[in-house]
Amino acid sequence: MIAILGLVVGVLLGLWLTPDVPLAFEPYLPIAVVAALDAVFGAFRAFLDGIFDDKVFVISFVSNVLIAAVIVFLGDQLGVGAQLSTGVVVVLGIRIFSNVAAIRRHLFHA
Amino acid sequence: MPEDRPQEPESSRPGPSRPETGRDRLLGSLRRPSRGQAIAGVLVGLLGFAAVTQVRVAGQDDDYDGLREAELVQALNGLQAASRRAERDISSLEETRDRLNSSSERRSAALEQARTEIATLGVLAGTTAATGPGIRVTVEDPRRTLDLDNLLDGIEELRNAGVEAIEINDQVRVVAQTSFEDDDNGIRVDGVVLGAPYVIDAIGSPDTLAGALSFSKGFIEDVEDDGGSVRVEKVDEVDVSVTRSPTAPRYAEPVPGQ
Repeated sequence: MIAILGLVVGVLLGLWLTPDVPLAFEPYLPIAVVAALDAVFGAFRAFLDGIFDDKVFVISFVSNVLIAAVIVFLGDQLGVGAQLSTGVVVVLGIRIFSNVAAIRRHLFHA
Repeated sequence: MPEDRPQEPESSRPGPSRPETGRDRLLGSLRRPSRGQAIAGVLVGLLGFAAVTQVRVAGQDDDYDGLREAELVQALNGLQAASRRAERDISSLEETRDRLNSSSERRSAALEQARTEIATLGVLAGTTAATGPGIRVTVEDPRRTLDLDNLLDGIEELRNAGVEAIEINDQVRVVAQTSFEDDDNGIRVDGVVLGAPYVIDAIGSPDTLAGALSFSKGFIEDVEDDGGSVRVEKVDEVDVSVTRSPTAPRYAEPVPGQ
């Protein structure tokens, strides 16, 4: 319940504040969002499995975002930033799909 | 990250009479807030905030904002190549345009020349009507004593004087190929029988033409000696309206390239 409220509040804040993304962070924001999305779906799956732990969630959320940003940053320095961000998005997308499949089995038994 | 640390069941949960399903947990969490939910709410809110921001940034992105250096260089190269291609296209099209322009100018000049030539040759060959200053010669033959030679003499004199178009009795156009024959009823010109009086319309310099007919021992004196009479009028505008169709030469062939 509170999680849903938090999501709504966050979206509304984003719409209302319309923050400007600093130029330095611009390449990292989309990857960070996808990584955070992966963490949230993973946490939701763990919650449905009955093994949810808020500390684990916080750590996984933050580390996901940080690692994704570091990978992209490293890729930029190495000159393969575009390819690496594509790779990160692919990997995270696969994880999101498998998590969503587990969530689906829990909620709809299908 | 999949959480792999098992969590203790909440103590407030009713007795474990049957195993708790994911659906039960979801419904239960909707009813009972907890600390974990608050933290999750904050993080999910952060995610929503970032996602909305990113969606907005991506939406307002023009093409090159937020591209990496390598991508920008690539895009620049692509644009330069495209502009070089466009310039090549432009110059080749301009070349084509100039070529077409000059060829169409040449063609229209040639066409103009050909039209002038057609008009000139048409007057000479008798295929077009002509008008201009000239003389009208009326030859009377009351006693039918004139013959073809008299008339031929007259026409030859006119030709020598530079006549440009001749017609007789408004019936026959006289050109280079015109034939003259005697006939019982007068003369036969190009197969057309003509009788006196003969009216010869000739376009040319009126004074020259008139002089060519009237000199001593010339056409007029000959005709009068033979019993006819000639009247010459200088006219500002003689209409030679009879035309003849051109006859293609049967034997003569034009020599090409001349």
